[in-house]
Amino acid sequence: MTLALETVELRRNFGALAVTDNVSLKIPVGARHALIGPNGAGKTTLINLLTGVLRPSSGRILLGDEDITAYSPDRRVRRGLARTFQINQLFADMRVLENLGVAVHERRGMGSTWWRRARAEADVLELAGRFGLTQVLEQRVADLSYGQQRLVEIALAFACRPRVMLLDEPAAGVPEAEREDILAVVAALPEDVTVLLIEHDMDLVFRFARSMSVLVAGAVLVEGSPAEVAANPRVREVYLGEGGHG
Amino acid sequence: MGEGASVVPQPPPLTPALSQRERGNRLGLMLTVLFDGVAYGMVLFILACGLAVTLGLMNLVNLAHGAFAMAGGYAAVVLVNRWGLPFLLALPLAFLASAVLGAVLERTLYVHIYARSHFEQVLFSIGLVFIAVAITDYFAGSQQVFVNVPDFLRARFEVAGVSVGAYRLLIIVICAVVALAIHLVLAHTRFGSRLRAAVDDPRVARGLGINVNLIFAVTFAVGSGLAGLGGALGAEILGLDPSFPLKFMIYFLIVVTVGGTASISGAFLASLLLGIADVAGKYYVPEVGAFVIYCVMVAVLIWRPQGLFGRVRLR
Amino acid sequence: MRRWGEWVFWVVVAAAYFLLPSRSMLIAEIATTALFALSLDLVLGYAGILSLGHAAFFGLGAYAAGIAAKNGYGDPLLGLALAAAVAAAVGAVTSLLVLRGSDLTRLMVTLGVASILYELANRLSWLTGGADGLQDMDVGPVLGRFDFDLGGRVAAAYCLIVLFLAFLFVRLLVRSPFGWSLRAIRGNALRASAIGVPVNRRLIAAYTVGAGLAGIAGALLAQSTQFVSLDVLAFHRSADILLVLVIGGVGWLYGGLVGAVVFKLMQDLLSQLTPQYWELWIGLLLIAIVLVGRERITALFRPHAAPAPAE
Repeated sequence: MTLALETVELRRNFGALAVTDNVSLKIPVGARHALIGPNGAGKTTLINLLTGVLRPSSGRILLGDEDITAYSPDRRVRRGLARTFQINQLFADMRVLENLGVAVHERRGMGSTWWRRARAEADVLELAGRFGLTQVLEQRVADLSYGQQRLVEIALAFACRPRVMLLDEPAAGVPEAEREDILAVVAALPEDVTVLLIEHDMDLVFRFARSMSVLVAGAVLVEGSPAEVAANPRVREVYLGEGGHG
Repeated sequence: MGEGASVVPQPPPLTPALSQRERGNRLGLMLTVLFDGVAYGMVLFILACGLAVTLGLMNLVNLAHGAFAMAGGYAAVVLVNRWGLPFLLALPLAFLASAVLGAVLERTLYVHIYARSHFEQVLFSIGLVFIAVAITDYFAGSQQVFVNVPDFLRARFEVAGVSVGAYRLLIIVICAVVALAIHLVLAHTRFGSRLRAAVDDPRVARGLGINVNLIFAVTFAVGSGLAGLGGALGAEILGLDPSFPLKFMIYFLIVVTVGGTASISGAFLASLLLGIADVAGKYYVPEVGAFVIYCVMVAVLIWRPQGLFGRVRLR
Repeated sequence: MRRWGEWVFWVVVAAAYFLLPSRSMLIAEIATTALFALSLDLVLGYAGILSLGHAAFFGLGAYAAGIAAKNGYGDPLLGLALAAAVAAAVGAVTSLLVLRGSDLTRLMVTLGVASILYELANRLSWLTGGADGLQDMDVGPVLGRFDFDLGGRVAAAYCLIVLFLAFLFVRLLVRSPFGWSLRAIRGNALRASAIGVPVNRRLIAAYTVGAGLAGIAGALLAQSTQFVSLDVLAFHRSADILLVLVIGGVGWLYGGLVGAVVFKLMQDLLSQLTPQYWELWIGLLLIAIVLVGRERITALFRPHAAPAPAE
C-alpha cells in the first residue's frame, strides 16, 4: 500500500524543548486521518513542519515517494500538498472569484502570465459550485459571513488540486447555523484526496475519520481507528474531564 | 559625513623600510584611528540608542529621530555661544531640552500613530523632519554652526605614540558613563524590568498592571533626550546645520539595522563597529571611505537579515 | 476607476496639451512625475515593498540617458531603452537584498542604495559632471523627426505619449494573473505562499519592472530638460514621490497620475507664493494626511479604497 504522506522521526526543538518529538506518521493514499491532542500538544507545529513554514531540527518528510523536507512552502503546494489554517487566512480585500482565481492560476502554471487579462476560469466556477460559493463570487471576502469565509478557506486549499490536504480545525469558530455546510463539504472531498484532519471536536472526528493519531507533548501516544482510540485507557487519562466533546 | 572639524589624522609620508621607531609610529597611528573611531562610534550610539529602543519597544519607525539630535545641538550652541554657559553644563541642559520636546511631541502627535502601519509612520516622521528642517533653517540660517568648546577640550596630547584629542576623550568618557547608566537602569531597576516586560509583550505587561503608556512616554522622552545629548556632543565632530536630520538619518538607521532592535548592547556594538569602520575607511582608503559604512551594512544584512543581535521577526 | 472616467481623464489630458501650449514644460514635468509615481505604485501599492529610495532608479535612468546623449548616442528612444535596462538591472540585483528581512531593513536597503548612488554620482564627476551637473547633452529628434523645441511642445507630447504607453502596460500587468498574484501577496503573503505562489520571485519581478519604469521617467526628465543634476538622486525626490502617491492613492492605477497633477500644480502655485518654505508645507501636508487618514481622502475618488501596504 503506497503512502500519500510519511514523516520519518520528525523532530523540532525550541531550545531544550522538543515541540515535535520523533513523530513518524504513515498515511496511506485516500486516508481520512485525524490528529487530535490536548492544547499545546504541538498539532499546529506539526502542520507547519509538514507545509514548510518551519524547518525541522531533524527527520524527513515524504510526499508519496518524494522527499520534500528541504522544499519551500510553495514548492510543496505545487507537488500536491495543501493546507487550511485554523484562523482564516484569506485575501480579504479581493473578491471570492479573485481569491480562487489566484490559486487556480498557480496550479495551471499561469501565475506569472502578465500579457493578458485574468478572468473567471472554468475551474473557478466549478470550485464555487462545489463549495456553495456561486452566489458570492463577486463579493469581497471581507464582506462574507465567517462560515462563508471558512468555505473559501477550504476551497482555496482544494483549488490547488492537492493529493494531500491538511485541514487545521476546519469548523473552528464557525457558528452553529453554518457548521453543517463545512462538515458536508469536508465529507464530500473526493476519495483520491488524502485528508489529514487536525481536530479538537470529537464529533467531527467520529463522523469523518477512519483512522487517527493522538498527539501529546509533541509525540504520538496512540494510533488506530476512532473506536480503538476512544476505548484506550491512556487516551482517556489524557483527556480526563473533557468528555466526548472538544 | 558632515563637514565638521577633521575626523581623521593626516597620513604620514610613506617610507620603503621602516625602522623600529617608524613601526612604532605606524602602530600609534593605527591606535589613533581606532581611538577616533571609538569616539565616533560612541556618539553614534548615544544618538541612535533612543531610536533602537522606540523601534524595538513600540514598533515605531521614527525617521524624525535626528530632529531631536539637532534640537540638542542647536540648544547647546545657543546656551554656550549666546548665553555663555559652560560647555559641560550645557550638555545636560541639551539633554533636558530634547527630552522635553520629545515628551511633548509624543503626547500630542506620536501617540496617534502608534497603531498605524509602518508606512504611515514613515510618512508622518518624514513630514516632521521636513518641518523641523524648515523651522531650523528659518531661525538659524542654513550655514553650519559650531559650539564654542572651551580651550582645555581643544588640546591634543601624545600617550604612548597615540594622538589623543581631549574632546574625543571626553566623548568616550561621557558616552561610556551613559551606556553604563542605561544598562544599570534596564537591568537593576523596577522601571527597567517593566520596560523589558513591555518590550517583550505589551499586552501581557498591561495585564500585569504595568502602565505601558507611561513607559512609552518616558522611554520616548529619554531616547529623544539622549539624541539631544548626542547632537550637542557630536556637533563638533559631525557638523551641525539644518539638514542634519536628513544627512544622518541613514546612519542611525544603519546602526539600528546592523545592531538589531532586540537589545541595547546590539546597538552599542554595532555603533562601535560602524564608527571604527567609517573612520578607518576614510583614513586608509579615502576614495572609497564613505562607502565602507554602506558595505558593512550590506554585508551584515546578507549574513543576518535581522541584524547582528536581532530577534527574527515575522513582520 | 469606471471606464467612462478613464476616457474622460485621458481626453482632458490631451486637451490640456493642445489648449495650454504656454504651460508645455509644466505638462512635461507632470507627465514625468506621474510615470515616476506609477512606477512606485507598482512597488509599494501592488507589491507592498516600502521603499524610501526609489529615486535611485529615477536617477540611474536620468544619468544613463544623459551620459548617452552627451557621448553621441542622442536618440531619445535609445536613451529610454538604455535607462530602462540599467535601472531594471540594478533593481533586480538590489531586490535580492530588499526582500530579506523586515520593513525596517527594506527601508534601510532602499535608502542605502540611493545614498550610495548619490555618493557615486558625486565622486565620479568625470562621468556625471558631479555637483555641477551633466551638461552638453545632445538629445536628438524624437523618431528622427521632432526636434525638442525651447517651448517644450515636443517634450510635453513625448512625455505624455511615453506615459500613456507605460500606463497601458502597467494596466495590463495589474489585471493579469501576475497582477492578481501580486495583490494576493500584498494582502496575505503567508497564504499566497500556501497556495503555491512563489512569493519572492514575483516580488523581484515587480520590483524590477518598477525600477525600469522609474528609470524611464528619469530619462524623460533628462531628455526634456537636457540637463541632469545630483538632485535626481536626492532623498527629497524619493520622499516627494511618496507624497505624490499618497495624495493620489496607493494601490490604485490612477493614484500616481492624479497625485502628480495635484502635487505639481500645488508646487507651481506655492513656489510663486513662498518659495523658501516649500519643505514646511510638504511636511505639514504629510502629517495632515496621516492624521486625517488617507482612506477618508482617497475614498472620495474611488469605489474601493485599498488598505495601507501590508505590514
